[in-house]
Amino acid sequence: MSPAPTHLTYEFGGRQEYCLGFGDAKAPRRILIVPPLFDEMNRVRRMLVEAMRALASHGVPSYLPDLPGCNESLADISIQKLADWQRAVIEAAKQLGATHIASLRGGTLIDHEPVLPHWRLAPVKGSSLLKAMLRTRIAADKEAGLSTTIDALMTQAVSGPLALSGFHLGSAMLASLEAAEPIAVAGCHEVVLDDIDGSALWLRAEPQDDPAMSVALAAELDRWSASCGG
Amino acid sequence: MSDKIEDNVRSILSDILGLSQAQVAAMDDDTELFGALPELDSMAVAGLLTEMEDRLDIMIDDDDVDGELFATFGNLVAFARTKSEG
Repeated sequence: MSPAPTHLTYEFGGRQEYCLGFGDAKAPRRILIVPPLFDEMNRVRRMLVEAMRALASHGVPSYLPDLPGCNESLADISIQKLADWQRAVIEAAKQLGATHIASLRGGTLIDHEPVLPHWRLAPVKGSSLLKAMLRTRIAADKEAGLSTTIDALMTQAVSGPLALSGFHLGSAMLASLEAAEPIAVAGCHEVVLDDIDGSALWLRAEPQDDPAMSVALAAELDRWSASCGG
Repeated sequence: MSDKIEDNVRSILSDILGLSQAQVAAMDDDTELFGALPELDSMAVAGLLTEMEDRLDIMIDDDDVDGELFATFGNLVAFARTKSEG
Protein backbone atom coordinates (compact mmCIF):
# COMPACT_ATOMS: atom_id res chain seq x y z
CA MET A 1 0.00 0.00 0.00
CA SER A 2 1.44 3.37 -0.88
CA PRO A 3 1.99 5.73 2.05
CA ALA A 4 -0.73 8.31 2.73
CA PRO A 5 0.15 12.00 3.00
CA THR A 6 0.10 13.90 6.26
CA HIS A 7 -1.09 17.49 6.22
CA LEU A 8 1.16 19.67 8.35
CA THR A 9 1.69 23.37 8.85
CA TYR A 10 4.49 25.64 9.96
CA GLU A 11 4.08 29.12 11.36
CA PHE A 12 5.57 32.02 9.42
CA GLY A 13 4.76 35.73 9.39
CA GLY A 14 1.78 35.20 11.70
CA ARG A 15 0.24 32.59 9.38
CA GLN A 16 0.08 28.84 9.31
CA GLU A 17 1.62 27.73 6.02
CA TYR A 18 0.80 24.33 4.59
CA CYS A 19 3.36 21.56 4.37
CA LEU A 20 2.82 18.20 2.72
CA GLY A 21 4.41 15.32 4.57
CA PHE A 22 4.94 11.60 4.09
CA GLY A 23 6.28 9.00 6.47
CA ASP A 24 6.72 8.44 10.18
CA ALA A 25 7.78 11.69 11.90
CA LYS A 26 9.52 9.66 14.65
CA ALA A 27 12.04 8.22 12.21
CA PRO A 28 15.67 9.29 12.85
CA ARG A 29 16.09 11.01 9.46
CA ARG A 30 13.62 13.65 8.26
CA ILE A 31 14.22 15.45 4.97
CA LEU A 32 12.93 18.94 4.23
CA ILE A 33 12.53 19.39 0.48
CA VAL A 34 13.02 22.91 -0.86
CA PRO A 35 11.30 22.80 -4.25
CA PRO A 36 12.13 24.64 -7.46
CA LEU A 37 10.58 28.10 -7.71
CA PHE A 38 7.61 29.49 -9.65
CA ASP A 39 6.60 27.67 -12.84
CA GLU A 40 9.41 25.16 -12.37
CA MET A 41 7.82 24.11 -9.09
CA ASN A 42 4.55 23.33 -10.83
CA ARG A 43 6.25 21.18 -13.43
CA VAL A 44 8.17 19.13 -10.90
CA ARG A 45 5.65 18.75 -8.08
CA ARG A 46 4.10 15.50 -9.25
CA MET A 47 7.49 13.83 -9.64
CA LEU A 48 8.62 15.20 -6.25
CA VAL A 49 5.55 13.99 -4.41
CA GLU A 50 5.97 10.51 -5.88
CA ALA A 51 9.61 10.58 -4.75
CA MET A 52 8.41 11.50 -1.23
CA ARG A 53 6.03 8.53 -1.25
CA ALA A 54 8.87 6.27 -2.30
CA LEU A 55 11.11 7.75 0.41
CA ALA A 56 8.46 6.98 3.02
CA SER A 57 8.52 3.37 1.82
CA HIS A 58 12.27 3.41 2.55
CA GLY A 59 11.35 4.53 6.11
CA VAL A 60 12.47 8.13 5.55
CA PRO A 61 9.88 10.85 6.14
CA SER A 62 10.02 14.03 4.10
CA TYR A 63 8.31 17.42 4.05
CA LEU A 64 7.42 19.74 1.18
CA PRO A 65 6.51 23.20 2.53
CA ASP A 66 4.46 25.80 0.65
CA LEU A 67 6.51 28.97 0.35
CA PRO A 68 4.61 32.10 1.47
CA GLY A 69 2.41 33.26 -1.40
CA CYS A 70 2.60 29.92 -3.27
CA ASN A 71 0.17 26.99 -3.55
CA GLU A 72 -2.25 27.06 -0.57
CA SER A 73 -0.63 30.05 1.12
CA LEU A 74 -2.79 33.08 1.86
CA ALA A 75 0.22 35.37 2.03
CA ASP A 76 0.48 38.04 -0.68
CA ILE A 77 3.10 36.87 -3.15
CA SER A 78 3.66 40.36 -4.52
CA ILE A 79 5.36 41.48 -1.30
CA GLN A 80 7.65 38.44 -1.00
CA LYS A 81 11.34 38.38 -1.80
CA LEU A 82 13.88 35.57 -1.70
CA ALA A 83 15.12 36.56 1.77
CA ASP A 84 11.56 36.03 3.11
CA TRP A 85 11.42 32.59 1.58
CA GLN A 86 14.82 31.78 3.00
CA ARG A 87 13.51 32.66 6.48
CA ALA A 88 10.44 30.54 5.81
CA VAL A 89 12.72 27.59 4.98
CA ILE A 90 14.58 28.12 8.27
CA GLU A 91 11.29 28.13 10.20
CA ALA A 92 9.92 25.11 8.38
CA ALA A 93 13.12 23.14 9.04
CA LYS A 94 13.05 24.06 12.72
CA GLN A 95 9.35 23.55 13.37
CA LEU A 96 9.07 20.30 11.44
CA GLY A 97 12.24 18.94 13.02
CA ALA A 98 14.08 18.32 9.76
CA THR A 99 17.48 16.63 9.97
CA HIS A 100 18.44 17.07 6.28
CA ILE A 101 17.77 19.60 3.51
CA ALA A 102 17.32 18.59 -0.13
CA SER A 103 16.80 21.37 -2.66
CA LEU A 104 16.23 21.51 -6.37
CA ARG A 105 16.88 24.26 -8.92
CA GLY A 106 15.75 27.65 -7.53
CA GLY A 107 15.30 26.03 -4.13
CA THR A 108 19.09 26.22 -3.85
CA LEU A 109 18.78 30.02 -3.70
CA ILE A 110 16.91 29.94 -0.39
CA ASP A 111 18.13 26.78 1.37
CA HIS A 112 21.51 27.80 2.79
CA GLU A 113 20.83 28.94 6.35
CA PRO A 114 19.81 25.88 8.40
CA VAL A 115 22.83 24.11 9.88
CA LEU A 116 21.93 20.71 8.49
CA PRO A 117 23.43 18.44 5.85
CA HIS A 118 22.55 19.75 2.38
CA TRP A 119 21.86 18.02 -0.93
CA ARG A 120 21.29 19.98 -4.14
CA LEU A 121 20.08 19.01 -7.59
CA ALA A 122 20.79 21.17 -10.64
CA PRO A 123 21.28 24.58 -8.96
CA VAL A 124 20.35 27.60 -11.06
CA LYS A 125 21.03 31.31 -10.89
CA GLY A 126 18.11 33.58 -10.04
CA SER A 127 18.83 35.72 -13.10
CA SER A 128 18.31 32.68 -15.38
CA LEU A 129 14.94 31.90 -13.79
CA LEU A 130 13.92 35.53 -14.16
CA LYS A 131 15.02 35.78 -17.77
CA ALA A 132 13.15 32.60 -18.75
CA MET A 133 9.97 33.97 -17.15
CA LEU A 134 10.39 37.36 -18.82
CA ARG A 135 10.89 35.71 -22.22
CA THR A 136 7.83 33.55 -21.69
CA ARG A 137 5.83 36.66 -20.83
CA ILE A 138 7.08 38.41 -23.97
CA ALA A 139 6.11 35.37 -26.07
CA ALA A 140 2.64 35.31 -24.50
CA ASP A 141 2.23 39.05 -25.05
CA LYS A 142 3.25 38.66 -28.67
CA GLU A 143 0.55 36.03 -29.20
CA ALA A 144 -1.92 38.50 -27.72
CA GLY A 145 -0.76 41.12 -30.24
CA LEU A 146 1.31 43.15 -27.76
CA SER A 147 4.91 44.04 -28.28
CA THR A 148 7.06 44.24 -25.14
CA THR A 149 10.73 43.98 -24.25
CA ILE A 150 12.58 42.84 -21.15
CA ASP A 151 13.57 46.44 -20.39
CA ALA A 152 10.00 47.68 -20.73
CA LEU A 153 8.71 44.95 -18.40
CA MET A 154 11.36 45.69 -15.78
CA THR A 155 10.48 49.39 -15.92
CA GLN A 156 6.81 48.53 -15.54
CA ALA A 157 7.67 46.41 -12.49
CA VAL A 158 8.84 49.48 -10.58
CA SER A 159 5.29 50.82 -10.36
CA GLY A 160 3.52 47.55 -9.57
CA PRO A 161 3.71 43.74 -9.53
CA LEU A 162 4.54 42.02 -12.80
CA ALA A 163 2.62 38.90 -13.83
CA LEU A 164 5.24 36.28 -14.71
CA SER A 165 4.21 32.68 -15.33
CA GLY A 166 1.04 33.32 -13.32
CA PHE A 167 2.85 34.80 -10.31
CA HIS A 168 2.44 38.49 -9.43
CA LEU A 169 5.98 39.38 -8.48
CA GLY A 170 6.89 42.68 -6.86
CA SER A 171 10.01 44.70 -7.52
CA ALA A 172 11.72 43.38 -4.37
CA MET A 173 11.36 39.78 -5.61
CA LEU A 174 12.57 40.69 -9.10
CA ALA A 175 15.60 42.50 -7.67
CA SER A 176 16.44 39.62 -5.34
CA LEU A 177 16.11 37.12 -8.21
CA GLU A 178 18.35 39.14 -10.47
CA ALA A 179 21.12 39.05 -7.87
CA ALA A 180 20.68 35.55 -6.45
CA GLU A 181 23.16 32.73 -6.89
CA PRO A 182 23.25 29.49 -4.93
CA ILE A 183 25.28 30.19 -1.80
CA ALA A 184 28.01 27.69 -1.00
CA VAL A 185 27.27 25.47 1.98
CA ALA A 186 30.06 23.48 3.63
CA GLY A 187 29.82 19.79 2.90
CA CYS A 188 26.94 20.22 0.48
CA HIS A 189 26.41 17.21 -1.76
CA GLU A 190 25.62 18.45 -5.24
CA VAL A 191 24.30 16.18 -7.96
CA VAL A 192 23.51 16.67 -11.63
CA LEU A 193 20.65 15.16 -13.54
CA ASP A 194 22.70 12.30 -15.00
CA ASP A 195 23.49 11.09 -11.46
CA ILE A 196 19.88 10.14 -10.90
CA ASP A 197 18.88 9.07 -14.38
CA GLY A 198 16.35 11.87 -14.57
CA SER A 199 14.86 14.28 -17.05
CA ALA A 200 14.77 18.05 -16.77
CA LEU A 201 11.06 18.18 -16.02
CA TRP A 202 11.41 21.76 -14.76
CA LEU A 203 12.32 22.95 -18.25
CA ARG A 204 9.50 21.25 -20.09
CA ALA A 205 7.05 23.36 -21.98
CA GLU A 206 4.28 21.02 -20.74
CA PRO A 207 4.14 19.48 -17.25
CA GLN A 208 5.10 15.83 -17.36
CA ASP A 209 5.78 12.97 -15.00
CA ASP A 210 8.76 10.65 -14.64
CA PRO A 211 8.02 7.70 -12.32
CA ALA A 212 11.50 6.20 -12.84
CA MET A 213 13.07 9.49 -11.76
CA SER A 214 10.91 9.57 -8.61
CA VAL A 215 12.17 6.10 -7.66
CA ALA A 216 15.80 7.01 -8.43
CA LEU A 217 15.55 10.30 -6.55
CA ALA A 218 14.13 8.57 -3.46
CA ALA A 219 16.91 5.96 -3.54
CA GLU A 220 19.53 8.69 -3.88
CA LEU A 221 18.09 10.75 -0.99
CA ASP A 222 17.85 7.65 1.20
CA ARG A 223 21.47 6.71 0.46
CA TRP A 224 22.75 10.27 0.93
CA SER A 225 20.85 11.02 4.14
CA ALA A 226 22.03 7.74 5.66
CA SER A 227 25.63 8.77 4.97
CA CYS A 228 25.51 12.02 6.97
CA GLY A 229 23.85 13.66 9.96
CA GLY A 230 20.56 12.40 11.43
CA MET B 1 33.99 23.55 -35.49
CA SER B 2 33.09 21.78 -32.35
CA ASP B 3 30.68 18.91 -32.06
CA LYS B 4 30.32 19.74 -28.41
CA ILE B 5 28.10 22.66 -29.35
CA GLU B 6 25.96 20.45 -31.57
CA ASP B 7 25.66 17.83 -28.81
CA ASN B 8 24.68 20.55 -26.38
CA VAL B 9 21.97 21.84 -28.69
CA ARG B 10 20.64 18.27 -29.09
CA SER B 11 20.45 17.70 -25.35
CA ILE B 12 18.82 21.09 -24.76
CA LEU B 13 16.15 20.26 -27.35
CA SER B 14 15.62 16.90 -25.69
CA ASP B 15 15.39 18.38 -22.19
CA ILE B 16 13.07 21.27 -23.03
CA LEU B 17 10.78 19.56 -25.48
CA GLY B 18 10.79 16.10 -23.92
CA LEU B 19 12.01 14.53 -27.17
CA SER B 20 13.59 11.09 -27.08
CA GLN B 21 17.34 10.64 -27.42
CA ALA B 22 16.71 8.78 -30.68
CA GLN B 23 14.66 11.65 -32.05
CA VAL B 24 17.28 14.31 -31.35
CA ALA B 25 20.13 12.04 -32.46
CA ALA B 26 18.45 11.66 -35.85
CA MET B 27 18.37 15.42 -36.47
CA ASP B 28 20.60 16.84 -39.20
CA ASP B 29 21.12 20.33 -40.59
CA ASP B 30 17.95 20.15 -42.69
CA THR B 31 15.65 18.87 -39.96
CA GLU B 32 12.82 21.34 -39.61
CA LEU B 33 12.05 22.55 -36.10
CA PHE B 34 9.60 25.42 -35.72
CA GLY B 35 6.33 24.46 -37.34
CA ALA B 36 7.40 20.82 -37.69
CA LEU B 37 7.68 19.94 -34.00
CA PRO B 38 4.37 20.46 -32.17
CA GLU B 39 6.32 20.62 -28.90
CA LEU B 40 8.20 23.71 -30.07
CA ASP B 41 5.91 26.68 -29.55
CA SER B 42 6.79 30.26 -28.68
CA MET B 43 6.69 29.48 -24.94
CA ALA B 44 9.17 26.65 -25.39
CA VAL B 45 11.41 29.01 -27.37
CA ALA B 46 11.67 31.23 -24.26
CA GLY B 47 13.02 28.30 -22.26
CA LEU B 48 15.32 27.18 -25.06
CA LEU B 49 17.02 30.57 -25.33
CA THR B 50 17.70 30.78 -21.60
CA GLU B 51 19.00 27.22 -21.43
CA MET B 52 21.29 27.82 -24.41
CA GLU B 53 22.71 30.86 -22.63
CA ASP B 54 23.39 28.84 -19.49
CA ARG B 55 24.86 25.72 -21.04
CA LEU B 56 26.84 27.32 -23.85
CA ASP B 57 27.86 30.29 -21.72
CA ILE B 58 26.67 32.81 -24.29
CA MET B 59 24.47 35.88 -24.18
CA ILE B 60 21.55 36.07 -26.57
CA ASP B 61 20.12 39.44 -27.43
CA ASP B 62 16.42 38.97 -28.01
CA ASP B 63 16.70 41.20 -31.08
CA ASP B 64 18.86 38.49 -32.69
CA VAL B 65 16.02 36.04 -32.47
CA ASP B 66 13.82 35.69 -35.51
CA GLY B 67 11.79 32.96 -37.18
CA GLU B 68 14.75 31.77 -39.25
CA LEU B 69 16.73 30.85 -36.16
CA PHE B 70 14.38 28.02 -35.22
CA ALA B 71 13.53 27.02 -38.79
CA THR B 72 16.00 24.13 -38.91
CA PHE B 73 18.37 22.29 -36.60
CA GLY B 74 21.27 23.49 -38.79
CA ASN B 75 20.29 27.14 -38.30
CA LEU B 76 20.08 26.73 -34.55
CA VAL B 77 23.48 25.04 -34.30
CA ALA B 78 25.05 27.66 -36.59
CA PHE B 79 23.64 30.41 -34.40
CA ALA B 80 25.00 28.73 -31.24
CA ARG B 81 28.43 28.41 -32.91
CA THR B 82 28.51 32.06 -33.95
CA LYS B 83 27.61 33.15 -30.43
CA SER B 84 30.12 30.81 -28.80
CA GLU B 85 32.95 31.95 -31.01
CA GLY B 86 32.01 35.61 -31.05
